[in-house]
Amino acid sequence: MKILVIEDDREAADYLQKALSEAGHMVHLAADGDAGFQLADSSDYDVMVVDRMLPRRDGLSLIAALRSRGNKTPVLILSALGEVDDRVTGLRAGGDDYLTKPYAFSELLARIEVLSRRAGSREIETVYRSGDLELDRLSHSVRRAGKEIVLQPREFRLLEYLMRHAGQVVTRTMLLENVWDYHFDPQTNVIDVHVSRLRSKIEKGFDSPVLHTVRGAGYMLKAG
Amino acid sequence: MAARLPAIMRTTAARLSALYFILFASAAVALVFYMTSLSDRMLTAQTMETINEEVQGLGQAYQRGGLPLLVRTIDRRGRQPGANLYLIADPNGEILSGNVESLDAGVLETEGWTARPFAYQRFGEAGEGRGAAAGGGRETPTVTRRHEAIAVVLRLPNQMIMMVGRDLGEPEQFRTVVRRALAAALGAMALGGLAIWYIVGRRALKRIDSVSEASARIMEGDLSQRLPVAGAGDEFDRLSENLNAMLARIGTLNEGLRQVSDNIAHDLKTPLTRLRNRAEAALAKGADPGEHRAALEAAIAESDQLIRTFNAILMISRLEAGYSAERVTKVDLADAVRDVVELYEPAAEEMGVTLEARAAGPAVVDGNRELIGQALSNVVDNAIKYSTDGVAPPLVTVVLSTADGAVRLEIADNGPGIPDPADRQRATERFVRLEESRTRPGSGLGLSLAKAVMRFHGGQLDLSDNDPGLKVTMIFPDSKDGP
Repeated sequence: MKILVIEDDREAADYLQKALSEAGHMVHLAADGDAGFQLADSSDYDVMVVDRMLPRRDGLSLIAALRSRGNKTPVLILSALGEVDDRVTGLRAGGDDYLTKPYAFSELLARIEVLSRRAGSREIETVYRSGDLELDRLSHSVRRAGKEIVLQPREFRLLEYLMRHAGQVVTRTMLLENVWDYHFDPQTNVIDVHVSRLRSKIEKGFDSPVLHTVRGAGYMLKAG
Repeated sequence: MAARLPAIMRTTAARLSALYFILFASAAVALVFYMTSLSDRMLTAQTMETINEEVQGLGQAYQRGGLPLLVRTIDRRGRQPGANLYLIADPNGEILSGNVESLDAGVLETEGWTARPFAYQRFGEAGEGRGAAAGGGRETPTVTRRHEAIAVVLRLPNQMIMMVGRDLGEPEQFRTVVRRALAAALGAMALGGLAIWYIVGRRALKRIDSVSEASARIMEGDLSQRLPVAGAGDEFDRLSENLNAMLARIGTLNEGLRQVSDNIAHDLKTPLTRLRNRAEAALAKGADPGEHRAALEAAIAESDQLIRTFNAILMISRLEAGYSAERVTKVDLADAVRDVVELYEPAAEEMGVTLEARAAGPAVVDGNRELIGQALSNVVDNAIKYSTDGVAPPLVTVVLSTADGAVRLEIADNGPGIPDPADRQRATERFVRLEESRTRPGSGLGLSLAKAVMRFHGGQLDLSDNDPGLKVTMIFPDSKDGP
């Protein structure tokens, strides 16, 4: 995946470049808003990571300018400002996701991968399949190996999100944001308990695990 | 004292008394002028009436006995004390008879009433000024004993001129009296004004000076100083009382700030030190990859906790500063309760805690869903954690009710609670972690954050005894335009 990182802090940028390269991505760096805009405008990237506060041209106006030129590359905004309001303005300016500094690299990586997938398959399927697990979004039913599994509404949404991003790491924060629509940090491991409940429902009585815990990062739904 | 005078001039009291003095003085002057001109006119009218009667009498004498009788009558009347002025002159204005020796030039040339008062001299009283008045009626007499008069000038059928007039001494005297009284009154007013000005101004100045001195001491850093209150209950006292209340509030805030910085120092420095010690220890232990890994993971967990604390501090400050523009919409608290309880229910169950929610119906408030969710989840999180310390099977209830234009959200647990009311009071202060909770994980800011969120919503957060356990009551004002 080709990623553009626009970040003015040299050390943070180098760290991102190294870590993203190790994860198998190709990374370009830009140290200010103007350079970032030129790079983004002249070549195709799969995902852009944009710091909100940049010299020469701030992150939000850069994103707005790119969007007005028809550039649809998914953008992850990095910011030290994390209040509800800041997030809303960031997303309104054309950002696709918002991550508050300081962040865990696993969180950033998971979000970047989800963003690139989102850009690839825009149309939303009505039935998600993963191995012998099947989720029908219209009839709100879940089957595994042809056997009906009864889920609570929230469990259904949880599984739906995990299946939409099957094969990708999904963090606890991403789950809280997308399944519960909350952006705060719920201190206790509430998400883990929800996931383990769901796991017991979709794995109990079947021989292979589908919902994996990724150490230090989150969860991944993967068949086989 | 003399050096103080200019300062007194600059006081409001002095300015006000000066203004009042000017106002009253001009009103008095205007009144006096009006009165004198009115009485003047009345006196003149009276004088003219007298003269008219006189002329009528003399006319009758003339008709009866011609000029000789007229002259005789004039002679007789002219000698009486305080007599009118009588004068007969030839057509050229040479005085022939009467009791007037000389008068202003030109008075006799026009018939009828004299246009304005003129000066004259009687016979027998011009001894000392004779030389100057030698010109007769032709020149303005420059003698000292001049009088003013008004008169009517008539032409007799034989072309002789007759003048009958009356001295204006009386109105003149009256005017002098009034003028003196006015001057005396104005003088008294000025003196009185000055005296009041000085006394009141000096008093005010003294009070203000004492306030200034006290504020100077406060500015030097002694926030425990208070402004003097004289006990008179006047505007100075009210001002001082208000300023004192303000000082007390500043003192509280200052104390709070000091405590917060102490607490930040403690609550951030302690984990930072731990973090550093761990890194150092891991470095010293040599190259066991397993131990290194464990140390690094612990370090990350520690820094996550630090970030959490830091975020909470920032958020509380932002909410308390009140400049947060977090968007406010209609939020149904019943939804918020359902969401949060649903979020925590599995975790509670895993810990053996029964989490129950009761909501009578929708309860719409003006608020921010995210903030309310966070506040509620902090409180619920706390309640679940502490309920497991109680003797009874752990139970947490969340009850939503609406009454009297307020929405109440009660979160109660049956844990050990906070038995001491003073401790309950302190539990929502920033960073306060009651001793027994110091060892537990958490920023110690959960309740403080919830309280800040409630204040942001114009509501309040109260702690009470659930006997056993703690009951947290979040009170929201009802939505302004109802559900």
